[in-house]
Amino acid sequence: MKFGIAKHVRLAVAAVFAVALFSAASLPAAAMGKIEKVTSPGGITAWLVQDRLNPIIAMQVVFVGGSIADPDGKEGLAQLTAAMMYEGAGALKSQAFQKAVEDKSIDLGFSAGSDTFSGSLKTLTKNRDMAFDLFRMAMTEPRFDAEPLSRTKTQILVNLARRARDPNAIAGQRWWSSAFPDFPYGRRTRGTPETVKAIAPDDMRGFLKSRLARDNMFIGVVGDITPDELKVLLDKTFGGLPEKAVPLDLAETPPKLDGRTEVIRRPFPQSRVIFGQAGIKRDHKDWYAAYVLNQILASGSFTSRLMKEVREKRGLVYSVGAGLNPMRYSATLVGNLGTQNARVAKSIELVRAEWKRMKDEGATKEEVEDAIRYLTGSFALSLDSTSRIASTIASVQYLGLGLDYLDNRNSFIEAVTVDDVNRVARELLTPEKLTFVVVGQPENLE
Amino acid sequence: MSLRVRLTGVIAAALLAACLPFAAAHAKIFDPKTFTLDNGMQVVLIENHRSPIVVHMVWYKVGAADEPWGKSGIAHYLEHLMFKSTTTMKSGEFTRIIARNGGQENAFTSWDYTGYFQRVAADRLELMMKHEADRMVNLTLDEKEVLPERDVILEERRSRIDNRPGSLLGETARAAFWENHPYGIPIIGWAHEIAELTREDALDFYKKYYNPANAILIVAGDVTLDKLKPLAEKYYGVIPGTPLPKRVRPKEPPHHAPRRVTLRDARAGQPSWSKQYLAPSYSTGKKEYAYALDLLAEILGGGSTSRLYRKLAVEQKIAANAGGWYGGDAYDLTTFGVWGIPRPGVKIEAIEKAIQVEIDLLLKDGITPEELQNAKDRMMASTIYSRDSLETGARIFGSALTSGLTIEDVESWPEKISAVTAAQVLEAARHVLVEKNSVVSILLPEEKKPAPKKAAPKKTEAPKKPAATPAKKKEGAQ
Repeated sequence: MKFGIAKHVRLAVAAVFAVALFSAASLPAAAMGKIEKVTSPGGITAWLVQDRLNPIIAMQVVFVGGSIADPDGKEGLAQLTAAMMYEGAGALKSQAFQKAVEDKSIDLGFSAGSDTFSGSLKTLTKNRDMAFDLFRMAMTEPRFDAEPLSRTKTQILVNLARRARDPNAIAGQRWWSSAFPDFPYGRRTRGTPETVKAIAPDDMRGFLKSRLARDNMFIGVVGDITPDELKVLLDKTFGGLPEKAVPLDLAETPPKLDGRTEVIRRPFPQSRVIFGQAGIKRDHKDWYAAYVLNQILASGSFTSRLMKEVREKRGLVYSVGAGLNPMRYSATLVGNLGTQNARVAKSIELVRAEWKRMKDEGATKEEVEDAIRYLTGSFALSLDSTSRIASTIASVQYLGLGLDYLDNRNSFIEAVTVDDVNRVARELLTPEKLTFVVVGQPENLE
Repeated sequence: MSLRVRLTGVIAAALLAACLPFAAAHAKIFDPKTFTLDNGMQVVLIENHRSPIVVHMVWYKVGAADEPWGKSGIAHYLEHLMFKSTTTMKSGEFTRIIARNGGQENAFTSWDYTGYFQRVAADRLELMMKHEADRMVNLTLDEKEVLPERDVILEERRSRIDNRPGSLLGETARAAFWENHPYGIPIIGWAHEIAELTREDALDFYKKYYNPANAILIVAGDVTLDKLKPLAEKYYGVIPGTPLPKRVRPKEPPHHAPRRVTLRDARAGQPSWSKQYLAPSYSTGKKEYAYALDLLAEILGGGSTSRLYRKLAVEQKIAANAGGWYGGDAYDLTTFGVWGIPRPGVKIEAIEKAIQVEIDLLLKDGITPEELQNAKDRMMASTIYSRDSLETGARIFGSALTSGLTIEDVESWPEKISAVTAAQVLEAARHVLVEKNSVVSILLPEEKKPAPKKAAPKKTEAPKKPAATPAKKKEGAQ
C-alpha cells in the first residue's frame, strides 16, 4: 500500500465520474507555475507546467467518451478495458508488465468515467523514457490474454456482488436508472454479470480504436521535464494512435424526475438516501451562480445550510450534501445522506424544506460573500501535487476553457451577485421534483 | 458529487495514513526543523516553498487507547466537540473563518493520537494558530451543542460500522485479538457506551489531555522557521504546559491459542478471509524487526506482483485478490496480516490453505535477494513521491512522533531499510508468524439454507484492502 497501484486500488478508482469530480473539486491554481502549450513535430499538443522541485513527472490524458460509449449488451466495456490495459502489452505478459511498472515505482493506470476515458502516469525522472514507453504499449499494444482477462472479470464480478448488497450502491444505481431510463447515464458503468461475461478481446480492441485517437485527447504534463524533452516523448507515445475517433452518436437528454420517494427495503440499521434533480451544464451562462448557490445550500462543507440544519442543529446525520454534475449530454444536482430508519422521513422533509426556502427566499448577502470567498480562496490550495495539477490542466482542456482560464477563474466567481444567485435559485431549484431513493428499513415511508 | 469527493478524500487520507505513515519518511528529503517551546510543546516545520500554501496541524498524544475503561469513543467524541463553542468563539465560528479564508480543515482520531488540521494560504497561518490555540484551552461545551453531536456520532457509527458486515467483523476480530490491550476497542466506541457519554466525560478528557505539553505543532509549506517561531511562542507558548506521565496502557499477556471469528451476514456480498498476527511496532517489542517487517509485507502482499497475489490470483486462480499489511506505526504492539478474497465458487478453506502454504514456504526458505532489492527500491521511490504533497510529510511526522518515535527515527528510516538483509527478514518472519498469536477472520454471506437451528449466526469479513488494520486511523470529518 505504500506504493501507487495495487490492482484492487485501480479497480476501485475506475468508477469515478471524471467530469463531476473535476467540477466539484473547484478549479485551478494561481499558485502553480505557468502553463505552456507544447506542440510536437508530429502535431500532438500538451499543456505543460514545469516544476523541478522533485525529480517527478506526472501526466494525465483525457479521451472523450467513457462508458457512455459502451454498446448495449456490453455495459462495463470501458471499465474492463481500462483494467486490462494494466495486464500486459507488447511482448510483456501481465506479470512481466506489472513487474516492469512496479519495480520502477511507476504509477500507471487507466480509468473509465462516464463521459471520459483517462490515463495517468507518474514516474521518477530517471525512469522517464521507460515509463512513457510502457504507457504507449498499454494504449496501443495491450495483449488481453486469456488468464488476466478471466482474472479481471472475476474481480469485477466479485465487486458487482459486493455492490449488489451495498446500500449506497443500490440507491445510486436506482436513482440514475430512474433519471435516465433510455440514456447511457442510467446504465451501470461497471456492467452487469451478464454483460461483463459477454465482453471479448475484440470488443476491447474496438473500444480503444474508436476512442483513443489523436483528435480526441487532452494531455496535461507536470514536473521535471523541458518542452523539448516532452515533444519527443509526445510523438513517441501518442504518434501511433489513430488520427480520428468515432464520433459519439448521442443527443442531449434531460433527466426524468417526478419528485417521488422510492423505498427499497433492505436490512440495514441506517437508511441510505440519494436525492436529486436536474442540474446545469458547465457551459451555461449561469454556471458560476449555480456553483455559488450550491455551495451555500448543499455542498458537503460544514457551512452549508443542509449541514447546519440536518446535522448540526438536529444530529440527524453524519453527512449530508449535494453536488452539481455537469455532464456532456445532461446535468444533475445529486446528493445523499444516511440516517437511522426512524428519522428518514424527518430528514427528507428537512431537505425538501431547505430546497424550498432557498428557492422562495434566496440566500443572504453574507452567505453569498462567504461562499465566494471560500470558492475563490480554496482554489489554489487544492493543487499541491504534480498529479493533481496534471489532471486539472487536462480537464481544463477537455472542458474547452482556454489557456488563460486558470488566471481568470476567480474573477468569474467574484462576478456573481446576490441577485444572480437568487434568480438561479428560483429558476433551477425544483423542490417538488426533488426525487429520493431510500435503501433501508425507513419508518413512516411508503 | 461534492460530497462524494469529500468522502473519498477522507477515505484516501485514511488509507494513506494507515499504510504509508512511517514507511515513506526521510529527513534528508523533508529536512524538518524542530524546536520545543518552554511549555513543552514540540514544533516541527517541513518547509516547502513551491506554492504559497501551508498545512497547519496540532497533534495530541492521546487517542482511543487512552480512554477510561467503559468510556469508549470519548476521544473521538471530543474531537467532534472541538468544533463547538469556546469562551471566545461561537460554535462553528472557526470553521466559518477558515471557509471565508478559502481554507479547508478536518480532524482525525486514532488509537494513539488525535489531530486537527487546516490547509490555508500561507499568509493566513497566524489566524489558524490563534484559533487552534484558543480551542486547546477555552472549550466551553454547551449542553445544547453536545447532545446533537452525540447523535451525529451514532449516525457515523451506523454508516461506518453497523451498516457494513465487514466492519462489524473487523471490530469483533480486533476485540478477540487484543486480550488485554485497549487496542481492542473500536475508535468510534461501542454504540451502547457512546450513547451514555456525557459533557462531563468530554470535559474531563479534555482537561486531562489537551495542553501544549501533550501536543505537537506541525507546519508544512511556505513558511520559514524565523517566521514560525515567534508565532508559535505568541499563540501556543503562552499556554501553561502540564507534562503528563508517560503513557502506560494495559499490556498484552502472552497469547496461548489461535482464535477464529466467523461472521455470517446476508448483507455481505462476498466472502473474505484474513489472518492477523501480533507483531512488534517501531516503538514497542522487538522493534529492530520493524524494518524487516515493512519489507516482508511488501514482498508478501504489496500489489499485483507480490507473492500472495501472484500465487493465489494469477497462478492458482483461486483468489480474486490477495495481499498483506504491516502497521508499524503504533505506540504499543501492532499487527502483521495477510488476506484473500476467493473467486466465486472457491471455498474459503482453499484460500486459507493456500496462504498457509505460502507462509510455510516463506518460513522455510525465506526471501530471494532479488525480491529484497525490488522491495527496497520501491520503498525508496516512495520516499521521493512522499515529498510531492504537503500533507504526507506532516502526517508521517505526526504519526511517528505521537507513536513514541523521534525525528531521528524517521530520518534514518531509508538507511535502516537499505541495510536489512534477507536473513533478517526471515528472522522477523519467524518471530511474528506464530500460530498461537493469530486471529483468523472470516466473512461469509449467509448460507441459503441455514443449518437447522444454528444459534446466533456470526459473521466475518476480510479487509478489501490491507487498510482494515489496527494501525489505521479513523477519519472523523470533525
